[in-house]
Amino acid sequence: MKWGVVQFPGSCDERDALRACELAGGEAQLIWHEERDLGDVDAIVVPGGFSYGDYLRAGAIARFSPAMEAVTEFAAAGGPVLGICNGFQVLCEADLLPGALLLNESMRFTCRQVDLQVVQLNPPEGTQSFILPGETLSIPAKHGEGRYWAPESMLDSLEANGQVAFRYAPGENPNGSARDIAGVRNEAGNVLGLMPHPEHAVDPMTGSTDGLKVFEAVGEARV
Amino acid sequence: MAKARVLIRPKEGILDPQGKAVERALPALGFEGVEHVRVGRMVELEADDPAQLPALCEKLLANPLIEDFEIEQIDA
Repeated sequence: MKWGVVQFPGSCDERDALRACELAGGEAQLIWHEERDLGDVDAIVVPGGFSYGDYLRAGAIARFSPAMEAVTEFAAAGGPVLGICNGFQVLCEADLLPGALLLNESMRFTCRQVDLQVVQLNPPEGTQSFILPGETLSIPAKHGEGRYWAPESMLDSLEANGQVAFRYAPGENPNGSARDIAGVRNEAGNVLGLMPHPEHAVDPMTGSTDGLKVFEAVGEARV
Repeated sequence: MAKARVLIRPKEGILDPQGKAVERALPALGFEGVEHVRVGRMVELEADDPAQLPALCEKLLANPLIEDFEIEQIDA
């Protein structure tokens, strides 16, 4: 299992993502944003941070980088892609995932451990959708622009299609996200994005190793 | 070169916490009776071909899912 972690100027969680990929049982390498060739990776992580300073809108400029063009082709070919926090914002801006992430309702940057409910999914037949364990995961969330938003009709169809992958547990929604949505996937099921940070919950030293389960699920999607 | 100004604002119905925060701060300064404050962005630019502007706005300057934009051409 070979992982590629995309690094933009302003990324800050790429090292933790590399480590999480390795702990999930794989090799991992960084892919600089100017790189158009992803090499022979089996899965891609678009990590957290503040790509290109988050100028204009979070993720708006990163989506036009050569590496993201390559990631878009990789995703279209069914390759598993995991976007975390700023990576989730980038994937939404790139239209690889539906919806958008807006300024937190509180206007505050929040940083705390949250309980995430994994929405049990029946992946569409013939796709390489991630199979996530149906349980509650304890994972840190740290962001200022994490309020998931989509028009009501889009939210309805996401729920009907099984594209809502994670919800904040009752009372845990840190940002005012619509319908407590913390993460979504694309229709085919091979692109997954979430605001909380599974890569920061991989070592018992920091309290929870639940994040590894997300990396393991993404890794297995390609096996 | 054509000069233009692009006004970008959150779509109607989307909560705008920045606007709300500004609205709440006004009475403390003695400005009563101000409502429906919405905070957006303004981008000034000069373009060789102003016909490109709508596409450029939809692709980059605004996110059409969450924002409306208006292009104002400025006569030099």
